[in-house]
Amino acid sequence: MLHTVNKSPFERTALQSCLGHALDGASVLLFEDGVYGALKGTGVSGEVAEAMGRVKFYVLGPDLRARGLREDRLIDGIQVVGYDGFVDLVTSHDNVQAWL
Amino acid sequence: MSEIKKFMYVNRKAPYGTIYALESLEVVLIGAAFDQDVSLAFLDDGVFQLTKDQDTSGIGMKNFSPTYAALGDYDVTKIYVEKESLEERGLTLDDLQHLTYEDEDDDWAEKDSIRLVTREELARIMDEQDVLLSF
Amino acid sequence: MVNEGPYNHQASDSAYQFTKAALEKGHEIFRVFFYHDGVYNGTRLGVPPQDDRNITQLWQELAEQHDLDLVVCVAAAQRRGILDPDEAKRHGKDADNIAPRFRISGLGQLIEAGIKADRLVVFGD
Repeated sequence: MLHTVNKSPFERTALQSCLGHALDGASVLLFEDGVYGALKGTGVSGEVAEAMGRVKFYVLGPDLRARGLREDRLIDGIQVVGYDGFVDLVTSHDNVQAWL
Repeated sequence: MSEIKKFMYVNRKAPYGTIYALESLEVVLIGAAFDQDVSLAFLDDGVFQLTKDQDTSGIGMKNFSPTYAALGDYDVTKIYVEKESLEERGLTLDDLQHLTYEDEDDDWAEKDSIRLVTREELARIMDEQDVLLSF
Repeated sequence: MVNEGPYNHQASDSAYQFTKAALEKGHEIFRVFFYHDGVYNGTRLGVPPQDDRNITQLWQELAEQHDLDLVVCVAAAQRRGILDPDEAKRHGKDADNIAPRFRISGLGQLIEAGIKADRLVVFGD
């Protein structure tokens, strides 16, 4: 299953709720304001890093760059994808849950 | 048209403050005519949609909460409510409407539509779906 | 499914970029369904500043190139004043505002899309 999160974890609980429901082997794509959840050294980085042992994380590059964020700010192991990669994630998983 | 898919309506928002709860319900009612394997999930603030004693007379908005009780008549009989979401909000099942349906396979016996599930159980049920409509 | 109007949220922009990327990769987009405030994406009367993107127009161009089915939910549209000529006439309104290439139809179109398409992706707030 692919989970998408488009909200900042500092404003909403979408990321936390997503992590609470993502089964082992699931994928999580952070996009729009959700990309802030991919940064290291934040109040939620620990939670994300811990989940990385069982869930694969992706972040949308165009949304990162739009917000002035470079890849070196990301938690190690989070993969940056473009919109084409977003499409591939959707097609390579059986279903998609948007944590709005 | 013989293909039956598992459709889940994922409700995570409280009613009235935004229109998502009401318009989600409108999709459920229309979708019921399509004979798919339908379920509703209420988690996070979505559990507030099902509370009883809603009275909107003071805010000038339509109280659409009675519609949930009619879902059984539309053959929408699987309503999953997440236990942890209730507890985090200080709610119990007693705070929610009692939703029922008549089971045609069991001599029209009246049964509960609400199934209290843990986060882990709900995660597995979500994983089995073909289509997740989130609001 | 696009659940938010243009400009206020990024939802429609993201959905557009996603749809464009999917088409470029050779996938078929069965339908784009606009719901909630997403119906506002279908007004032809928006006049964004010259130096900004015109989201409605971007959708129209993509629809033109790929014969995309852009459907605005009728129930959500009526509430919010998005009308095609038929709806305007039926409700006694003096004007319509639906943009070319968008069409107004029922919620059944969303369910049908869920049944027929291999995947359904939701963009919202």
